[in-house]
Amino acid sequence: MAKAFPFTAIVGQDEMKTALLVAAVDPSIGGVLVFGDRGTGKSTAIRALAALMPKIPMVEGCPFNCDPDKKPAGLCARCESGTEKLKSRASPIPVVDLPLGATEDRVIGALDLERALHDGEKAFEAGLLARAHRGFLYIDEVNLLEDHIVDSLLDVAASGENVVEREGLSVRHPARFVLVGSGNPEEGELRPQLLDRFGMSVEVKTPQDVAARVEIVRQRDAFERDPEGFTKHQQRKEGRVRRQLQKARESLDSIEVADEVLEAAATLCMSLGTDGLRGELTLVRTARAQAALAGRDVATLDDMKALAPSVLRHRLRRDPLDESGSTARIDKALSALFD
Amino acid sequence: MTIAASDEQLARWNDAAWAAACLAVGGHSLGGVRLKGRPGPVRDFWLEQCQALLPDATPWRKIPLHCSESRLLGGLDLAATLRKGSPVAGRGLLVESSDGVVLLSMAERAPTSVVAPLAALLDEPVLRLEREGIAAQHDCRLAVIALDEGVDDEALAANLIERLALQIDLTPLPVGAIDEFPWSREDIQGAREALAEVELGDQALQSICQATLALGIDSPRAALLAARTARVLTALAREESVSDEQLEQVVRLVLLPLATRLPGGDEQDAEDDVEESPDDSADDSQPPDNETPDAPDSPPPSDAQRESEDDKAPDAEQPNTDPDPLTDDRLLEAAQAMLPPDLLAKLLSGSMGARRNAASGKSGARQRAKMRGRPMGSLPGDPRSGARLDVMATLRTAAPWQRLRGPATGGARLRVQAEDFRIVRFRQRSQSVTVFVVDASGSSALYRLAEAKGAVELLLADCYVRRDEVALIAFRGDSAELLLPPTRSLVRAKRSLSALPGGGGTPLAAGIDATAELLEMLDRRGATPAYVMLTDGRGNVCRDGSTGREPALADALLAAQNLRLSSAAAGMVIDTSPRPHRSAAELAENLGALYLPLPNADARQLQSVVRQVVS
Repeated sequence: MAKAFPFTAIVGQDEMKTALLVAAVDPSIGGVLVFGDRGTGKSTAIRALAALMPKIPMVEGCPFNCDPDKKPAGLCARCESGTEKLKSRASPIPVVDLPLGATEDRVIGALDLERALHDGEKAFEAGLLARAHRGFLYIDEVNLLEDHIVDSLLDVAASGENVVEREGLSVRHPARFVLVGSGNPEEGELRPQLLDRFGMSVEVKTPQDVAARVEIVRQRDAFERDPEGFTKHQQRKEGRVRRQLQKARESLDSIEVADEVLEAAATLCMSLGTDGLRGELTLVRTARAQAALAGRDVATLDDMKALAPSVLRHRLRRDPLDESGSTARIDKALSALFD
Repeated sequence: MTIAASDEQLARWNDAAWAAACLAVGGHSLGGVRLKGRPGPVRDFWLEQCQALLPDATPWRKIPLHCSESRLLGGLDLAATLRKGSPVAGRGLLVESSDGVVLLSMAERAPTSVVAPLAALLDEPVLRLEREGIAAQHDCRLAVIALDEGVDDEALAANLIERLALQIDLTPLPVGAIDEFPWSREDIQGAREALAEVELGDQALQSICQATLALGIDSPRAALLAARTARVLTALAREESVSDEQLEQVVRLVLLPLATRLPGGDEQDAEDDVEESPDDSADDSQPPDNETPDAPDSPPPSDAQRESEDDKAPDAEQPNTDPDPLTDDRLLEAAQAMLPPDLLAKLLSGSMGARRNAASGKSGARQRAKMRGRPMGSLPGDPRSGARLDVMATLRTAAPWQRLRGPATGGARLRVQAEDFRIVRFRQRSQSVTVFVVDASGSSALYRLAEAKGAVELLLADCYVRRDEVALIAFRGDSAELLLPPTRSLVRAKRSLSALPGGGGTPLAAGIDATAELLEMLDRRGATPAYVMLTDGRGNVCRDGSTGREPALADALLAAQNLRLSSAAAGMVIDTSPRPHRSAAELAENLGALYLPLPNADARQLQSVVRQVVS
């Protein structure tokens, strides 16, 4: 398979890169929607993120990525009922691609045809949602997704559990994943329900200066001419980011949040008229993840302000015709309240 | 006898030939060719010559307009599965064409279900399958030739256009202008081998990026494809490093067809104008100087790259961002000279926004509408009745019974009986489309155009909530124009609305004809259209463009009766004249539409009334 372009070699687009890393530090933030101009490296960045993922313990051979350290309550039926001790194995956090043209049976899972035909037994074949459990589900061109697949996704993303009732099967398994999506607004709007599922949203724009463009082409060109060498050259940087991510994930729980941040988050949401709790909560969580990434042990007002646009952009109650001003409105509110 | 072709035509053919040679050498790395032109001897000859440049065994496959997803991407091979008694994956057309060329016929009408996978494969040559119980990955390197026969507002989807490096137009070429390509297969093979050695200097790269900005080309992809094309052209010319000659060719073959403005400015005025960016958050959270990754304290990552390439001392100097003005001017001159006159006219009249919108392509939702919606599971049924067989469901139904049914006969490993058949059922939620027809002529504009725009905006918001599509037709001067083909994208709807100018005559008949045409098309594709016409009903331009109130009115009424006969769409006429007037009422009567006088309604009032009719 082709090598993925390294994350650390992506030129510019800092907001997108930060948001992706923050989402990788704390899954409870709820992922990122990357929306914007064509050709800005949306898919490239998300696919590159997979290579930076730290490892987490998983039950060996479990199709549902069970966590061996979880009490029985958090396990799938198979691991729970297993008589022998669960074997643990460290595997990278899964980043699962939901490709174009995916059919429902492969997304939510279905009757295992092979075993049904061979042995006449009804067995469940896990789908993409099971594979993405405890990891990321990446949807490229999210606005081209078929409606009925979106429905299934929304349902599972909300409950953290996949309930399958089809072909005489009755199966449920935990499915908690972080949605990461990319898309182009020209291809059509996203349903508000789907927008809601994303913790952050980032707008990417094409760089309008020659130097940045030259750098983009140069990096891509160097990568294509010698993928091996290029990747090797980026190895040290990639390793640094990988360790940074790992450390941030470990230290997340011990990070303190300054009181002023909680207060500021509430004030900001109020002044922008966003729908309360989730916005505030996400502001605090992203500030914490940001502090963890920076290796600090206290999340400050600046952490929150830095990510506020990504957190609130898609939550503003908006006149659906007024696509423009979200970012500007947030910036205005930020400087009015905190400068 | 053939008429001698003009120099301009010969030059055009020459460019087309170079494009074919580039495709043959660069293949997947250049994405492919957007080939504009009608089917005919010229296009056929180009294709034949192009194929002749490729090695004998190279796949060269046509993707028909409505290629089914399972045929295109692959899925369960039913026949083989039944023979074998266990699931067998079938390879799709794309995988079968790997390392070759696919031809997309009538590309401007290709549905999203075809365009999107192609675009994804051009980005990353891996086909990921999660279909019909099969999960697989295939390497799949393709080059695409998109046969674009679009006229006016029909255009190839933008996400495909921007992934195809080479853009050529054979439309105006007579048979007399075509000639055999001057390369042999060996030439192509030689160029392929030489490609890895071709140097692309910083200077050349700077020039390319300058040119993309000067021509108002937004996507960074264009610069990347241009750089690769420059390399390929250099290899074909048997040169070692990219020179001005290749850069000029690249401007013609790759960049100019994407140009959205006249070259000649420097990057200071390369700011987006409002028309071109859907959202102007001027204070972007990342100032541009953050984007240049060559702050002195962190040596640019490319440095080491360059060291390894040409053994420079590691002095971490910044790349020279001072392009040679001479080169750039030459490039832009080439561009200027090549600009088609109509583009110039368009640029000068400021209608570029509309052109860009047209190029945004149709997001195939239209063809998809019939096969969308939630599959209501599958039902027992007979696939021969024209319904689609749900293969997976059928097999899954049959599977548990195999043992009971005993061994299959006739070499089959699986016994499927009639009662196992399952067919796919979709809940038919047909797409509703609201067509707004706005009279933007002088008589209306004077009074109500702003108000009508306001009303349309509010209605658009409604459609957004209901996930309807909207379309916009405007008429003024001497013709009607489809400003916005049916879309769900509010960004585009709003943009085309705000760009709507007012003034001129009232070609009412043309407006009604255009509406009828669109309604008919929507009916054909199974949507449920409704229309809202905002006019004062006082046409003064006839169908043939001549003026005169009486004949124009007669024409309009004829057109109205015709629309009424040809479409069952619900409609209403909103009388925008300051005093309710007989002519608009008469028009509504002939259309069989509701009549709504709005002597002094405001936009919101209008909205509530229309809402009752349309929903």
